[in-house]
Amino acid sequence: MTTITPQATKDAPPGQGAVGGSRTLLSFVGGQNLSLIGALAVVLALFGILNENYLSVSNMQVIAEAATITGLLAVVQTVVIICGGLDISVGSQVGVASVVSAMVFTSTGDNALLGVAVAVGVGVLVGVLNGLVIVYGRVNPTIATLAGLAAYKGLAQLLSDGRAQGYVLNDDIFVFLGRGKVAGIPAMVWILIAVAVAVHLLLTRTDIGRNIYAIGGNDTAARLAGININKYLVAVYALIGVVAAIAGILLTARTGSGQPTSGSEGLELKAITAAALGGCALRGGKGGIGGTLLAVALLGCLENGLTVEGINSFWQNVAQGALLVIAVVIQQRRSGERAVGLPT
Amino acid sequence: MCPAPSPTPEPDPPATGQNVTSGAAVHDLTKRFGPVQALGGVTLDFPGGQVTALMGENGAGKSTLLKILTGDHQPTGGRITLEGQPLTLESPARARAAGIRIIPQEPEIIPYVSVAENVYAGALPTSAGRRLDRTELRRRVTADLDRLGFTGVLDPDLLGSQLTPAQRQLVEIMRAVTGEAKVVAFDEPTSSLSEHEVDALFRLIRRLRDQGTAVIYVSHRMQEIFQLADRIAVLRDGNLVGVQDARSTSVDELVRLMVGRDLSTMFTRRRADRGRLVLDVKDLTTEDVRNVNLQMHAGEVVGLAGLVGAGRSELALALAGDRPVLSGTVTLDGQRLRHGRPGEVIRAGLGLAPEERKAQALFLHRSIRDNSSLVVLERLRRLRFVSRAAERKLVQQYADRLRVRAPSIEHEVRKLSGGNQQKVVLARWLARKPKVLILDEPTRGIDVGAKAEIYQIIADLAEEGVALLVISSELPELLGLADRVVVMQNGRVTGELGHEDATEEAVLSLAMADDIAGVTPAGASS
Repeated sequence: MTTITPQATKDAPPGQGAVGGSRTLLSFVGGQNLSLIGALAVVLALFGILNENYLSVSNMQVIAEAATITGLLAVVQTVVIICGGLDISVGSQVGVASVVSAMVFTSTGDNALLGVAVAVGVGVLVGVLNGLVIVYGRVNPTIATLAGLAAYKGLAQLLSDGRAQGYVLNDDIFVFLGRGKVAGIPAMVWILIAVAVAVHLLLTRTDIGRNIYAIGGNDTAARLAGININKYLVAVYALIGVVAAIAGILLTARTGSGQPTSGSEGLELKAITAAALGGCALRGGKGGIGGTLLAVALLGCLENGLTVEGINSFWQNVAQGALLVIAVVIQQRRSGERAVGLPT
Repeated sequence: MCPAPSPTPEPDPPATGQNVTSGAAVHDLTKRFGPVQALGGVTLDFPGGQVTALMGENGAGKSTLLKILTGDHQPTGGRITLEGQPLTLESPARARAAGIRIIPQEPEIIPYVSVAENVYAGALPTSAGRRLDRTELRRRVTADLDRLGFTGVLDPDLLGSQLTPAQRQLVEIMRAVTGEAKVVAFDEPTSSLSEHEVDALFRLIRRLRDQGTAVIYVSHRMQEIFQLADRIAVLRDGNLVGVQDARSTSVDELVRLMVGRDLSTMFTRRRADRGRLVLDVKDLTTEDVRNVNLQMHAGEVVGLAGLVGAGRSELALALAGDRPVLSGTVTLDGQRLRHGRPGEVIRAGLGLAPEERKAQALFLHRSIRDNSSLVVLERLRRLRFVSRAAERKLVQQYADRLRVRAPSIEHEVRKLSGGNQQKVVLARWLARKPKVLILDEPTRGIDVGAKAEIYQIIADLAEEGVALLVISSELPELLGLADRVVVMQNGRVTGELGHEDATEEAVLSLAMADDIAGVTPAGASS
């Protein structure tokens, strides 16, 4: 007889809480990310002791706003990493979208919706281009998007002549996106929450999400199960393009003008670090939005704390690079693979 | 239970007593992989100055024996001696240093460096300051080429990527015989060689033998074995069943030794009348298979037999839409399938449980539920959202039916035993209710109890009208299950046997048809 008892199937998987509410929360966070929560608590406590204003509501809002753009990119980076790919051109895509949104806004007589729509449209095109290069050019995703990192940055600089473009804070929509609050929480944070929840549902509740995990987990098996891998990869990179465009629009709204590079350079490192810290296996197939968001929060709190304490921003770069390596080393140790050959 | 090999106090006298101080020998060698006994106490010597051929069906233990000799596997029990001295081979490097070399089936060539550097990779001659000494390298390689008789055949300045399959093989041979090689093993060396190249290889092997090297030659090809070997050792199910003198034995004798196993384990099932035609393959040709014709009917179990490399798995992948089709058609229940589209093939009603279940079928870090529901998600979703309740119910139903042993269907697949993993793969396809199901080595590496359960599942599916194509290297299993057996060799179908005519000897003859045809017992000596 089968040893799967009916009771066992009704129960949640081991490691999840027994109480309904906290179980849902835990399943969103992911049980193995408790260590991230611990690290976050340590960071908050440490800087809270060092500086009494650190834990204030206004500083928390500053942290949240500063982390929003990184957060958006980390969420989609999580999707592409789960799918077995990587996108290091996200920062440059943000720059393109920022410039396009501001310039279209200005040149159409302050039509904010058109600026937003064209920026998103360009985002889709850029994402699809990334996907096509990878799928049909058979270019390794890291290399393809490394090329994109340079090319899209150049594109943003060409469009903007290398300068900040336009002024958007005379428009209610941009002001709301950059400065507005709903229920005491900044509008841009709401956007991050909306995107994160949507992507989380996509990953965990739909067949699309299952297939994304399948492709990253074992592409041969996914192919033999009839999943059209090419289609999925192009779609995932297009999704990145859309979300990077939203991030670019928010950057414009926050700074008041289109920024080709300022504010978007280095975002790819932050996004990838957050995804890796959040538990995404860089070889694909594993990870989740909950862990990534926690890691975004951790990185945001750390960065703010170091700034508040007046630590040189050069050191913050060192810290960020170190964190990425540490996150991956921990992952590799946990996976328990034989330490031979080239690491994958 | 566990027949732990008792270390014999006195060394067993090797099978032929001549010249024990040269060459290598194994004594009561055993090897287990988990529950599988790959070698069950083999005592055999490989004397210097002789070519000892190793024969046996797939899984008889030939590769395991070679891998122990080259330090890739550690034996569970038993001893190895080299020139009469006991030897432990804890690593491939140790085996190499001791003078034991193997020429692998697939040469490992570094593509963008020269032949000379490929041969001496890892042991390049250097001058002061670790600078590569190109003059010395060249001198050594030229001398090696001369000594082995390859001068003119292999230019030492060619890059690895420019080499023909035969030249790649020669590079592996040169690697193996540089330094002092006391034992050289060839594992199916001729599979990628032309006739002319085979002749050159055989000349080299004879020269090695005449220099006093112990040569081990593993091959399925009767013709080659009779040309080359002095002695022929036959393995079956991990045991040595006989060592024959090549001059006095015959093809029939060898085939009898290879197959003659206990047939009482054979599985039999009630055979129903064949139903309507569901799969019609016409002249299917891909890179690996040629002009395959195959028809399958509802409720029929067709066995696909052949030796390793015959093209069986490649045929299965081609039918599943995963290999480019050069010509020919596949029609499933009246619908002509387009190639290169596994998704379309699945929707048409064909499922494949592939040969390597971990590499080709399973998502090891995902749950039984995720793994089982993958190809039925589109039937469980509403507005793209998968109904979890319906999914659990369906997966539970098949997990129960197949008796998957796990704490729950949320259990990660990598924590399951091989048999239960195979059942998860089967559950995936059963849930899809296919018309044709291809099972490639469905019982490989799983324990006897799970095997019996899988036989029962196959019988039940046939009863329900599914057409099954079963690929197995275990002939008794295949003969017990199949209504008829299709035999392949070198990418072609060499014959078909009805259930009544399908004996192990008949299948094996067809599986080696090309080779047997070329052998005349009279010319059996080398």
